[in-house]
Amino acid sequence: MRGPGHPALEATTTPFKEISLSRMKDLLLKGLPPEQRAKGALVLLAIVGVLILAKPFNLIPDFLDELPQHTYQSSINKEIQEIKRTELVPIGAALEWTFYYLRDDLHVSVVTRFFSTSLKALVDVVHNILSGGRKGFGLDAPPWSALLVIALTLGYALKGWRLSLLGGGTVCYFAIFGLWTYAMTTLAYLAVAVPISIIIGLFLGIWCYKKKSVEVSILPILSVAQTMPHFAYLIAVVVFFGIGHQTGVIATIIFAVPPMVRLTLLGLQTISPEIVEAGKMAGCTSRQLLFRVQLPSARNEIMIGINQVIMQCLAMVVIAAFIGADGLGFRLLHKLIALKLGECVEIGFAIVLLALVLDGLSKAWAEKKRDYRANLPFYRRYKYSILLVVLVAIAYILASYFPILNKIPRDLDITYAKSWDGFIDWTVVNWQTRDFRYIMLVHILTPLRDALLFMPFIAIMVLVAGVGLLLGGYYSALLTLGFLLFIALAGWWDRAMITLYMVLFSTFICIVVGIPLGLWSAMREKRARTALFWCDTFQTFPSFIYIIPAIMLFRVNDFTAIMAVVAYAMVPAVRYTVEGLKNIPPELHEAVTMAGCNKRQRLLQLQLPVALPHIMLGVNQTVMFAFSMVIIAAFVGTIDLGQSIFKALSETALGKGVTLGLCVSFMALTVDHLVVRWARERRRLLGLD
Amino acid sequence: MNTTSLQPVIRCQTLYKIFGITSDQLQKDSQGLIDPSYRDRQGVVTAVDNVSLDVSDGELLVVMGLSGSGKSTLVRCLSRLIEPTSGSIEIEGNDLLAMSEKELIELRRNKMGMVFQNFALLPHKTVLENIAFPLQMRGMKRAEFVERAMKMIALVGLDEKENSFPRELSGGQQQRVGIARSLAVEPDIWFLDEPFSALDPLIRKEMQDEFLRLQSMLKKTIVFITHDFDEALKLADRIAIMYHGNIEQIGRPEDIVLNPATEYVAKFTSDVPREKVLTAGSVMDERKEQEALASKSVRIDDLVETIAEYVLGQSIPVPVVDAQDQIVGVLHQARMLEILFHERAGPSGS
Repeated sequence: MRGPGHPALEATTTPFKEISLSRMKDLLLKGLPPEQRAKGALVLLAIVGVLILAKPFNLIPDFLDELPQHTYQSSINKEIQEIKRTELVPIGAALEWTFYYLRDDLHVSVVTRFFSTSLKALVDVVHNILSGGRKGFGLDAPPWSALLVIALTLGYALKGWRLSLLGGGTVCYFAIFGLWTYAMTTLAYLAVAVPISIIIGLFLGIWCYKKKSVEVSILPILSVAQTMPHFAYLIAVVVFFGIGHQTGVIATIIFAVPPMVRLTLLGLQTISPEIVEAGKMAGCTSRQLLFRVQLPSARNEIMIGINQVIMQCLAMVVIAAFIGADGLGFRLLHKLIALKLGECVEIGFAIVLLALVLDGLSKAWAEKKRDYRANLPFYRRYKYSILLVVLVAIAYILASYFPILNKIPRDLDITYAKSWDGFIDWTVVNWQTRDFRYIMLVHILTPLRDALLFMPFIAIMVLVAGVGLLLGGYYSALLTLGFLLFIALAGWWDRAMITLYMVLFSTFICIVVGIPLGLWSAMREKRARTALFWCDTFQTFPSFIYIIPAIMLFRVNDFTAIMAVVAYAMVPAVRYTVEGLKNIPPELHEAVTMAGCNKRQRLLQLQLPVALPHIMLGVNQTVMFAFSMVIIAAFVGTIDLGQSIFKALSETALGKGVTLGLCVSFMALTVDHLVVRWARERRRLLGLD
Repeated sequence: MNTTSLQPVIRCQTLYKIFGITSDQLQKDSQGLIDPSYRDRQGVVTAVDNVSLDVSDGELLVVMGLSGSGKSTLVRCLSRLIEPTSGSIEIEGNDLLAMSEKELIELRRNKMGMVFQNFALLPHKTVLENIAFPLQMRGMKRAEFVERAMKMIALVGLDEKENSFPRELSGGQQQRVGIARSLAVEPDIWFLDEPFSALDPLIRKEMQDEFLRLQSMLKKTIVFITHDFDEALKLADRIAIMYHGNIEQIGRPEDIVLNPATEYVAKFTSDVPREKVLTAGSVMDERKEQEALASKSVRIDDLVETIAEYVLGQSIPVPVVDAQDQIVGVLHQARMLEILFHERAGPSGS
C-alpha cells in the first residue's frame, strides 16, 4: 500500500463532495479567485436570466417581483399612476419620529438653536464688514478698488501675474455686472464656513488617527455623508436649525468636513514612521510631537484638504440657495426658475470665476515652498505684506476722491445677458435638438428605463449580491444586499431604478466618450498636460452650474438631466484614464518597444491591461459624480428619487427626505464597494502598489 | 577605577519582542516563560528572540543582520520606541521599561541620540532648525540653541548650509544633518540605525571615515545597526550577528572571522579578506626557546595586511611586541601563508 504522503494521489482519492465543500467555504470567505470568475459570472448571469424570463410566464410570485411602494405620479407616463400605496417597513416614519424625538423631547433643539444664533451673528458681522452695515463695527463697506488690489497682490504673491489677473478680473466682473452685493454675501458665507469646516475636520482627523475605534466608527459615516445628496442634508438641517442665512452655512459645513477629515487622516497615516521616531527621540511630549512634527509633516495632504473644503463650500453655498441662503446662488436659482437664461449665464460665469480664483489661490498657497528668511532685512522679508498695505491705503484714498472707485452705481446696468438670450433663441431655431431629443427619449431612454422597471426586484438583488459574492465573499455579498434591501423595504424601489437608469446611461456615455478621449490625450505628453489642466478646471465648477448649458440646449426633460450629468461626470473618466496611462512605469514601455510592438499592440497588450484598475477607479468616480448630479438635475424635472427629495424638501418631510437620501447613498456605496474592491485587488496582482 | 564605570551602560537580558500578541496576554498565558509554540501561531512574528547583551562605556557595538533579522526592532526596543514583550533593559543601572512617559522623555532629551536610515529630517525645517529641534524641545533659549547648533554644523562639516532645507541637500549631507541632530543634546548613548545604507558606495566610505573620526573625539557608547558585514568589520569594537531574532554570535571582529560560531556566521566570514581584519596578536604563535628571531619586530595590534610583506620576506620568525615593547609571541611564515590563502590551501585533486 502506498503511503498517504503523495499529494497527487491524495487529490485523486479525496471524494468529490469534500472538494466542493472546501471550495464553497473559500467562495464564502474570500470570493472566487480571479481566474475562475468568468465561469462564476456565467453561472450568475444564467440564474438572473432565468429569473427575468420567468416573469412573463407568471412564475415569479408577486412579493418577489415588486414590493409595496410609495405613490408616484408622473407627467410622462400617465398610465403608471397610483399603483402601490405604501412601503413594507415604515423606515421613513421611524426616522422622522427619531429625529423629532431628538429635537423636541431630548431638547437637542436647544443646542442646535444656540449654534444657529451664534452662527447667524457671526455671518452678519462678516457680511456687514464686507458690504457695510450696522454690525460691521459701524464701518463703511470697503471700496471695490481695495478688494481689487487685494486680489491682484494675493494672486501675484502666491503664484504670479496670471493668477493676479484672474483674481483682479473676477473682482471687476462682480463690480461691472452689478453682482457686487451678491458676491459679497457669498464671500461672507465662505469666510465663516471654510475656517469652521477646516477646524472641525482637522480635529476629527487627528482624533481618528489617535483612536482606532473612532476611525472605525467615523469612516462609514463619512462615506454615507459624502454620497448623500445635498438636498437630503438640507431637510435635516432645516428641521434642526430652522430657516435662514446661517442654515446654509451649517449645511455647507456638514458637507465640507468629510474630505478634510479623510485627508488629515491620510496625511498623518502616511508620515514615514522614522520621522515620528525622530521626534520621539528628540524628547517630544505627545503635544509637541503632534504640533511640531506630525501636523507639519502632513502639510501637503492637509493643504489639499483645505482646497477641497473651499471648493465643496462654494458648491454647497450655491445649492443652499434652495433653503434661502442669499448670494450668487440665490440669484442664479431665481433667474433659472424664471428661465431667464441669459442672466443665468452671466451669474454662472461669476460663480465659475470665483471658483477658479479660490481654487487657484488655495492651490498656490498649498504648493508655496516656505523660504528661510531669517537673514533678510525687514522690508524684504515682508515685501508683499507691505505692498498690500500700501496699495490698499492708496485705494482708500483714491476712492474718497473718485466715487467710481468706491462703488459702482447699481443703475449702470451693464449686462451681456441680452446677447446670450439672442444666441439661445438662435440655437432654438437653428439647432434642431428637438428630433434628436425625441429619438433619444422615445427609442433609447424610455425603453431602457422600462426594462429596469420590468426586472423583478429579486433578479437585481441576486445579480448584485452575486457579484459581491464572486468578488469579495460573504462580506461583500451581505453588505451590498443590505444596501439594496434598505431601498426595497423603504418603498422606493421603482424610483431608485429610474435614478439608476439615468446614472447607468450617463456613465455609459461618459465611458464611451471619456475613455477614448483620455487615451487620445495620453498619447502625447503635452496633450496629456492640457487634458489634465482642463479636468482640473472643470472640476472646480460647482455642480449646479452644469445645469445652465444643458437647459439652454435641451430645454426641460429627462434628457437634459442626463446631459447635465454627463457633462459633470465626464471629468473623472478622462482624468483617471490619462493618469492611469501616464503612471505606467517607463521600463515597461521600453520593454515592449524592445519586443517590437506597434502602437496598437502597445495599447492592447500593455497600456489598457496595466492601466485598467486605475481607469476603473475613474469609472467609479464617474458613477459617484453621476449619482450626486442626477439628484441636482431633478431640478429640471425628472421623476426619480431626486424629484421625491425635492418634494420632501419643499414639504420639510424629514423622515422621507433622509430615507430617500440614504437610498441614493446606498446605491452609490454599492457600486463604490464593488468597483474599489476589484480595482485594489487587481492593482495588487499587477504589483502596482 | 570605581565600580560604576565597570557597570555596562546598556544591559539587556532575555529580551523578546513578539508582534501580534500583547505583553499582558503573554504573561498571563505563560507565567513569564516564553513558550516556543507562540512562534508558530498565525499572525504572530517573533522579531527579537531571547537577546541578551551588554554594551560598556565608550564601546562601539555593531549589530549586523540581513533584512528581517530583527536588528531594527532590537535597537528600537533599546530606545523604547517599541515596547518589548518581555525581558529587561537597564540604562546605566536604571530599569528602562519601568520608566514613566515623563522619565523616558527626560532620558531621551539628555542621554540618547538616534540616527535613522532615511535621515528622518523634518521637511519643513531648515538644517539649523532640524539640528536645534531636540534642544528646542528641551526648552533651551534661542541664543543658546543657535550657538550649539552652529557648533554641531561645524562639527559635521556643513558650514554655510545652515539655512538650507533638507530637500536642497544631497543624501550624504542630509545624513550629516541627522548625525548633528542626534549629537546636539550631547548624548552618552548613540543609536545608529543603518545610517549609511541609503547612500552611494563612495559617499558611504567617506561617511564611515567621518564617523570614526567623530567617535575618536567623542567616545560615545554606540549601538550601530548595519546589514553590511564589511562595514561592521571596519567600525566595530564588537559585533553581534543576528539571524531570525537571535544573536548567533557576539564578539570582537577577529574572533568572529577566525572562529565563526555557526554555519550562518561562517557564510559571512568566508569571503572576508582576513588580512584586513586580523591583527598580529590574533595569529601569532608562542615563542619557542632559543628560536632565532628577525631583527625588526611588529606590534601586536598591527593588521596582517600591513605586515605580511615584511614577514614573508624574512627567512626566520618575526617577533611580536606589545605596547611596552615586550616580546609576546612570534609570527611564522607558514602561518602567514595559511591566513592569506586559507581557501586555496592544500593541493587540489588529492
